[in-house]
Amino acid sequence: MKKSYQSLEDNSTNNMKQVIYRKITSKILYLGFIVLLTFSATLNAQEGDPAKGKTLFNTNCAACHQLDKKMTGPALRNIEQRLLDEQGLDRAWLDAWIRNSAGMIKSGDAYANQIFNEYNQTAMTAFPTLSDQDISDILAYTAAEAPAPPTPGPDVVVSTAATGDDSSNKLILGALALLFALLAIGLILVRQTLTRFAQEKGIEVATADKTIPIWKAFAQNQFLVLVTSIFFLLASGYFVYGYFMQIGVDQGYQPVQPIHFSHKIHAGDNGIDCKYCHSSARVSKTSGIPSLNVCMNCHKSIYEYNGETTAEYDKAFYDGEIQKLYAAAGWSDADQAYTGDAQPVKWVRIHNLPDFAYFNHSQHVSVAGVQCQTCHGPVETMEEVYQFSPLTMGWCISCHRETEVNVQGNAYYEKIHEQLSKKYGVDKLTAAQMGGLECGKCHY
Amino acid sequence: MMFGSIVACKKDTRPNYQFMPNMYEPVGYETYGESEMFPNDAVALLPAEGSIPRGYTPFDIANDIDGFNLAKETLTNPLDSTQIDTPRAKELYDIYCGICHGNLGNGQGNLVKREKILGVPSYDDAGRAITAGSTYHTIYYGKNAMGSYANQLNEEERWQVVAYVLKLKSDLEK
Ligand code: HEC
Ligand code: HEC
Ligand code: HEC
Ligand code: HEC
Ligand code: HEC
Ligand code: HEC
Ligand code: HEC
Repeated sequence: MKKSYQSLEDNSTNNMKQVIYRKITSKILYLGFIVLLTFSATLNAQEGDPAKGKTLFNTNCAACHQLDKKMTGPALRNIEQRLLDEQGLDRAWLDAWIRNSAGMIKSGDAYANQIFNEYNQTAMTAFPTLSDQDISDILAYTAAEAPAPPTPGPDVVVSTAATGDDSSNKLILGALALLFALLAIGLILVRQTLTRFAQEKGIEVATADKTIPIWKAFAQNQFLVLVTSIFFLLASGYFVYGYFMQIGVDQGYQPVQPIHFSHKIHAGDNGIDCKYCHSSARVSKTSGIPSLNVCMNCHKSIYEYNGETTAEYDKAFYDGEIQKLYAAAGWSDADQAYTGDAQPVKWVRIHNLPDFAYFNHSQHVSVAGVQCQTCHGPVETMEEVYQFSPLTMGWCISCHRETEVNVQGNAYYEKIHEQLSKKYGVDKLTAAQMGGLECGKCHY
Repeated sequence: MMFGSIVACKKDTRPNYQFMPNMYEPVGYETYGESEMFPNDAVALLPAEGSIPRGYTPFDIANDIDGFNLAKETLTNPLDSTQIDTPRAKELYDIYCGICHGNLGNGQGNLVKREKILGVPSYDDAGRAITAGSTYHTIYYGKNAMGSYANQLNEEERWQVVAYVLKLKSDLEK
């Protein structure tokens, strides 16, 4: 503690000296500035490379600045020109600012302090290592024209691709239908030629007039009736049984969520680890749904959707969903600040065991090392989550019977594993042999 | 079963019927459930003010620039080299940080490569000169565009990650 006070004092004395010193220099600077202004045309001739600038900008500045939008720091489109026009500050000021903004603020530079206070005294990182050329490159990039508003080009492409798919399906169907029609016509033709043949030979073709209708014949044959009714009873019994067995099983349940949150985009396309959001799965019974501050860790910076779109969900739709997230978290994108007016998001729960069954995520995820996908299916490909597994008792039990216990690096297990292996006379223990079938383990 | 669900004309956006709902539905509150008793009807609440989790050590350093600089200069890792569990630290790092900072710490995580989040620094950035204390402060409170990871990692895990970050830094500087 003492040390830092000490250094603060040192600084303030330094500052005093600097201020006095600056008064003299600022006049010189001012003169120099006017001279520079007249030569600004030649200065601009020191061209930067916007392409290199973009890379430099993205690695160094983009954490806090965007070209057209306020972030942690101000928007930087045309910053060189703007500072010159509005504040009369030149390239030398910019160089000094970018290389060491904190120093500028301490030295009492009026505009530096003004903008520093305007941004709640957020410190900009110092970039002492950027060369003049680097800064020229960055400034060239910021001076580039704003891109024209995106044309709906890609959407059109996607939708035509989709219809292309559709039409190819239809084509196949149509071809099949045609084939069948041809077959039918062929059959009719064959039959006609055959009857004609028969007539020519003088053979009478039997007509169906003398027989009783087939259903009457059926009704008269009691054996057939019995067999069919037994068949129907069994079949309906089978369906009723099937119906009762699936009561309370929500496999395939896919509710509409309050925010259209796509696991495909997050966990699939962008490869975010499941446990980044469902972080309590590592350590507790529930996996948990992430609270909104977790979302905002990324969505402070990601305010619009630029990924692939489909015919069903377009960019405007996804952008609207991100706005819903902002509304719920109480984040004002324009001010880059929380308004304090947050609303809970009412996610609809999908996987839900009955109250009498106990399931623990950490036992399966951390101890057993089972992948989320084993139980939840290919979540990373789901636009909307649905229940992949039946979550019945039979499902739990059969996995416990089949899955071998992971004993590696678990000293407690190694011992118990040895004893139990001896008892059962096997090499590998399954979860069932370790007691995973005992009623009390899952039913309180 | 498949036939069963077809016969039942089940709609996928609604839950199925249950035999005896009173055996299925809990009497207590469900995790993340709704109850009129609470503000906003949300059962998930922040802990009561002033409550202290087990094994908690207070972190007194403030969430501002002075705090950051103080942490940067004075705060050190309480874990000694025997307590640092590199495989576990790597696992945690890859889950929570790798997505932006890259699994090598060079600032080239998946989201950066896909240009979703930009300006993620490399750990060997000279201008930042990160230390154990500054990294811990950054994880605890976040820094500018980076959010806080205090709710996903507990104290011990945060220090494990800090140790791993410094290891990545020295690997990068090689
Ligand atoms: C740590 C976040 C951060 C980074 C990284 C950063 N800046 Fe800044 N920048 C700020 C903040 C915040 C301000 C507003 C002034 C203040 O609070 O210090 C600012 C202000 C500026 C200004 C003055 C803008 C105006 O309207 O007057 C310029 C120019 C600037 N930054 C350029 C850059 C460049 C170029 C880079 C990359 C080499 C960069 N900044 C990187 C945070 C940052
Ligand atoms: C960016 C954060 C995030 C990531 C990454 C993520 N999820 Fe989710 N997950 C959520 C949110 C938010 C919900 C609630 C909304 C919903 O159900 O769609 C959810 C819901 C779920 C559900 C349904 C919960 C219920 O109500 O029963 C499952 C299962 C799930 N996630 C599994 C996964 C798996 C497996 C992965 C990794 C492949 C994953 N999640 C990655 C945020 C995330
Ligand atoms: C690790 C970073 C990260 C986290 C955490 C995160 N997102 Fe995203 N989110 C993204 C990325 C990347 C995109 C895609 C942006 C793009 O492609 O331009 C995205 C897109 C979206 C979209 C638009 C596409 C869609 O899925 O409908 C919504 C809505 C969204 N996120 C909501 C959330 C919510 C709610 C949470 C919290 C549970 C969350 N995000 C957490 C990175 C994240
Ligand atoms: C062994 C099977 C299994 C594995 C592995 C598994 N889950 Fe689950 N998950 C379930 C069951 C069963 C439920 C229902 C729990 C309940 O209702 O109490 C569930 C519920 C959930 C929920 C809903 C909220 C909750 O916590 O009850 C989420 C989210 C979730 N799982 C995510 C994950 C993630 C992420 C992983 C991987 C880290 C994972 N699960 C691994 C079986 C599993
Ligand atoms: C993907 C396979 C799998 C599924 C599905 C599964 N489990 Fe497990 N379960 C395991 C394994 C493996 C273990 C052993 C973990 C260990 O090493 O301790 C285990 C252990 C358990 C334990 C602790 C047993 C003990 O001996 O202490 C309980 C309780 C449990 N599971 C409940 C359930 C319930 C309830 C379900 C169904 C909702 C379920 N499990 C579904 C693989 C599974
Ligand atoms: C691996 C965990 C596990 C074990 C061990 C287990 N059960 Fe279950 N049991 C469940 C789950 C999960 C359900 C809920 C199934 C559902 O919702 O369809 C269930 C449901 C039941 C039901 C209600 C009928 C139904 O299908 O809904 C009964 C009765 C039952 N169990 C009895 C037992 C008995 C008796 C034992 C001991 C031999 C036992 N259970 C052992 C997980 C287990
Ligand atoms: C959502 C993307 C993202 C994730 C995830 C992320 N960071 Fe960062 N991190 C950033 C950005 C952006 C910055 C630059 C912040 C700034 O403007 O100074 C940063 C800066 C840092 C810094 C440098 C701070 C300084 O001294 O200037 C450290 C150290 C750091 N992160 C560590 C971590 C650790 C450890 C984790 C995992 C717990 C993590 N980060 C996760 C985006 C992320």
